[in-house]
Amino acid sequence: MENLETNFLNTWCPGCGNFGILQAVKLAVNDLIAKGTPKEKIVIVSDIGCNSKIVDYLNINSFYSLHGRSIATAMGIKMANPDLKILVFLGDGAALDEGISHLIHAAKRNSDINVIMHNNRLFALTTGQFTAVSPKGLKGKSTPEGSIEEPINPLELMLASNASFISRGYSAKVEHLKNLIIEAVEHKGFSFVEVMQPCVTFFNTGQFYNEKVYEAVNAELESREKAISLIKEWNYNGEGKIPLGVFYKKDRVLFEEESNKHILKDKKVDFEKCLKFHL
Amino acid sequence: MENKKDYSIVIGGAAGQGSRKAGLIIAKLFNNLGYNVFIYEDYQSLIKGGHNFSVIRVSEKKEASIKEKIDFLLALDSNTIEKHKSSMNKNGLVVFNSDKIKNGGIGVAADKIVKELGGISIMSNTALIAGFGKAIGIEWSALENALRKELGKGIEKNLEIAKRAYEETKNVLKMEKLKGEPDPLLTGNEAIALGAVKAGLDIYYAYPMTPATSILHYLAEHEKDFNIIVTQLENEIAVINSAIGSAYAGKRSMVGTSGGGFALMTEGISLAAQSETPTLIVNSQRSGPATGVPTYSSQADLLFTLNSGHGDFVRFVVAPGDANEACYWSGKLLNLAWKYQTPAILLVDKELSESTFEFDKKILDEIRKENPVLWNKKGEYGRYADSKNGISPLAFPGDEVVVKATSYEHDEDGLSVEDEEAIILMQEKRLRKFKEMEKEADIPGAVKVYGNKNSKTAVIAWGSTKGPVLEVAEKLGLKFIQPLFIQPFPQKQFEKAMKGVTKLISIECSATGQMEKVLKANGIKVDKRILKYDMRPFIVEELEKKLKTI
Repeated sequence: MENLETNFLNTWCPGCGNFGILQAVKLAVNDLIAKGTPKEKIVIVSDIGCNSKIVDYLNINSFYSLHGRSIATAMGIKMANPDLKILVFLGDGAALDEGISHLIHAAKRNSDINVIMHNNRLFALTTGQFTAVSPKGLKGKSTPEGSIEEPINPLELMLASNASFISRGYSAKVEHLKNLIIEAVEHKGFSFVEVMQPCVTFFNTGQFYNEKVYEAVNAELESREKAISLIKEWNYNGEGKIPLGVFYKKDRVLFEEESNKHILKDKKVDFEKCLKFHL
Repeated sequence: MENKKDYSIVIGGAAGQGSRKAGLIIAKLFNNLGYNVFIYEDYQSLIKGGHNFSVIRVSEKKEASIKEKIDFLLALDSNTIEKHKSSMNKNGLVVFNSDKIKNGGIGVAADKIVKELGGISIMSNTALIAGFGKAIGIEWSALENALRKELGKGIEKNLEIAKRAYEETKNVLKMEKLKGEPDPLLTGNEAIALGAVKAGLDIYYAYPMTPATSILHYLAEHEKDFNIIVTQLENEIAVINSAIGSAYAGKRSMVGTSGGGFALMTEGISLAAQSETPTLIVNSQRSGPATGVPTYSSQADLLFTLNSGHGDFVRFVVAPGDANEACYWSGKLLNLAWKYQTPAILLVDKELSESTFEFDKKILDEIRKENPVLWNKKGEYGRYADSKNGISPLAFPGDEVVVKATSYEHDEDGLSVEDEEAIILMQEKRLRKFKEMEKEADIPGAVKVYGNKNSKTAVIAWGSTKGPVLEVAEKLGLKFIQPLFIQPFPQKQFEKAMKGVTKLISIECSATGQMEKVLKANGIKVDKRILKYDMRPFIVEELEKKLKTI
């Protein structure tokens, strides 16, 4: 096992779902290294929020980006060096509120990055406000009477945006989540991993998820119909079971590979030739 | 017509009639006759209709400005004559599409010729150019060459039309050939693109916005020639953050935008400063506030640019005044961004971006890719390792060390910090770096001086305003001071330039006089000001009149 610790003091609340995610990431990264990906070719990019402190806890190349912009930063890194394996950590607020345009476009263009969305269904580091996936009626400090907005289904959004890998894990199912992350990284193309996660301080959903989640089996990964039926089983409010697993997976042309294909190493630019057109 | 060897040609029509392309062809014809050429483009924010025109100044002496009086007016529609006839020189010549207009001068039956030969309507401009060429005595072979170069698609049909128009038009004068060799004609934006490529540009990210869009178009067209990646993203926020990501991974990136897009980028500029990631931003000003007058120029984003991004930091801001300077500084700033791991802003405007200049190709020889300070592969690596000059060696993911970049305040390894001592350490590391950056601004080219260097009265102007101010200052025997480096402010160079000056006149395309405020903040008092805020460039005669009466 590779030592991935930084010895940075962990400040997540005791019992936070992020601990399970951190553990799954460590296991997944170790597995990837063991299978031959050099550690220096792995880059983790984080956003802003409790989840994003993960870059301080892992001794891996990292870019601690701006709120909502981690996906844009990650795309730039992948574009510059398509050999790198990129994992992006961000919360539901970053992915679906502040930075939703980047999420949709990264999926649309099939940027070969892996987006791991810590979904605690509210803003936690700002002490509890609703996000785009908070259940209707959520009482937070900005909605003392309860949020009046219906949540959106991020996986449905990802399917509509043509994401080539769509999955859901749960922070308390570490082994399952580890495997999802490995599969996401090994998938060539844009991968979206939603991780359901309780916020013990502001929205403690641990018991709720323990009762509702189940590991779904999907033998038809390229079927959009199958994917949508799994995705719609739960509406992010109260009702229904919550399936976990890979819901959709299909190979598509890779954005960064396509963008880089004309680049030649050590090519000399012929400025004289170019200037002739300007005479 | 007297032969003063300084002519102003206006070609105009509705959007979609191709007046701009026609203007470039005419400019190239004169360039090949040995004239110096400058083109000003005036167009509206629409695709069809309206009134677009190009002013082509062709002269023996190199100028980068336009004059009020017109020697040749080429009208594709009647609106062009209505709008410009009052500016005609009394011996001026009008060449017009006689199928659309009745006027004195030389009529070319452009629409009829195009129809008879089975062309499409935009080819009327080809007929007009050919008629004009014949009228002023341009040889057919020169005309054919110019058309072949500019009109790839449908060239044979165009030539057929041109030939007919050429034959049907009578010759009225013989344009004298001059000794000058033709120079490449480049817009400011094309020059910016070339400079960056010469300095090792790898990736250009952008979201379309006038007047920066033609950098995107030009680089995309030459993506393979330049061996670079050109990518249009979903918005300016994605653009700057992706550029920062690419630089973190070791690739030289540049972005280009205008006021509104630049406003969206400012959080990213702050990120580039804090994470110490090299980023070159081209900010081409247009008229504001808000949407303003989208296709017209302004110099009103100076203070915004100098203060762009939250937090305490210094960014390089350089404002070139013509295509040569734009090319040089685009390359130089890309190098400086990497040397100091900092955001660097090339501040231009619509006039500079979209006007066409004679380009001195020797400028390219002055630009090369300069290597930044790289990690020496010895010992432990910390992305923000403390150093005497505040610059920490760069390493990239894939190198055999852990590279941690961050938007948070951080320690030398790039891990977040919140305690006072650690914060002060990093703030002071950056402060030492900012001090080093000041040295880059302390070079002779940071502030240029022209005209009568003994004059006690000096005019100060920056950016594209250089063109008309230089011409008028020389004519009136005034000293002309042009600041290029604006942040860090080149204090010593300014003191040199100001020696002996007792009266300083600031000339700006801004309603509130932003350069004057910058100068005041640096202890330089402006005595008089000439401000223009109709979003058009200064016209030589207008400026001369104002300077004489001030």
